[in-house]
Amino acid sequence: MIIQVGDELPPLRPGPISRASLALFAGASGDHNPMHIDLDVARSGGLDDVMAPGMLSMAYLARLLTGWVPQERILSWRVRFTAVTPVHGDPTCTGRVTAVDGEVATLELAVTLADGTTTLVGDATVALT
Amino acid sequence: MDMSAIGTALAPITMTVDSGRLRLFAKATGETNPIYTDVAAAMAAGHVDLPVPPTFLFGIEMEVPEPFGWMDELGIDLRDVLHGEQSFVHHSTAHAGDTLVAAPRIVDVYHRKGGALTFVVKHTEITRADGGAVADLKNVVVVRNPEADK
Repeated sequence: MIIQVGDELPPLRPGPISRASLALFAGASGDHNPMHIDLDVARSGGLDDVMAPGMLSMAYLARLLTGWVPQERILSWRVRFTAVTPVHGDPTCTGRVTAVDGEVATLELAVTLADGTTTLVGDATVALT
Repeated sequence: MDMSAIGTALAPITMTVDSGRLRLFAKATGETNPIYTDVAAAMAAGHVDLPVPPTFLFGIEMEVPEPFGWMDELGIDLRDVLHGEQSFVHHSTAHAGDTLVAAPRIVDVYHRKGGALTFVVKHTEITRADGGAVADLKNVVVVRNPEADK
């Protein structure tokens, strides 16, 4: 595979995040923070509803990367969460190659909801071989 | 918040990764690549067992009865917390059956917006029980301080 600056990864659309998605992810990830699964606790904290964990979006982003290269080639990656993902949010994960330096490519990453809200921005370094 | 928390090492947490849990994680994240659920497919791709996907490592330190106890000790109400940033530096891929150790440490605490927001930076080193490096995680937690506005 020849990787060049400007290459875009095939976007990943995992589908809208349901309450079942949040329950499953809590159990699977080990993050049982009630703000993600318990409406009563979310309301007591001043929210209208539970919010999806940032790490669920980051897990989808990992799928974007591991669908492109084997995970052993992901050297490092970092993200900043820029907006809360509400329940029923419909994320799209995108990635684009911004630099190729020797055997390492740098990518910019983002997750955007169907309404245009960007919930996460970040970057990754990936080994080319 | 008590700034003396900076430099605090939290108790290390050990987890032996179980393949059933990895299959549940694959289901929960919509993963369909069979290397994450089928040992034969994983081995055909060069793995010794099901690989541990990158962000699964984040949850290891939650495998304790009170995963948010360190926030309680800092006087943080979980309802005021947002995840601000997260990073991973990967050294090697872990697999089902590996016993992993997460060693978290609070490395910084700082305030912004006149005290309305507090940032807590936590680094977690993940190693195999034999000491081999798996990954280094950095987590920035943002705490809203509603009282600061009053």
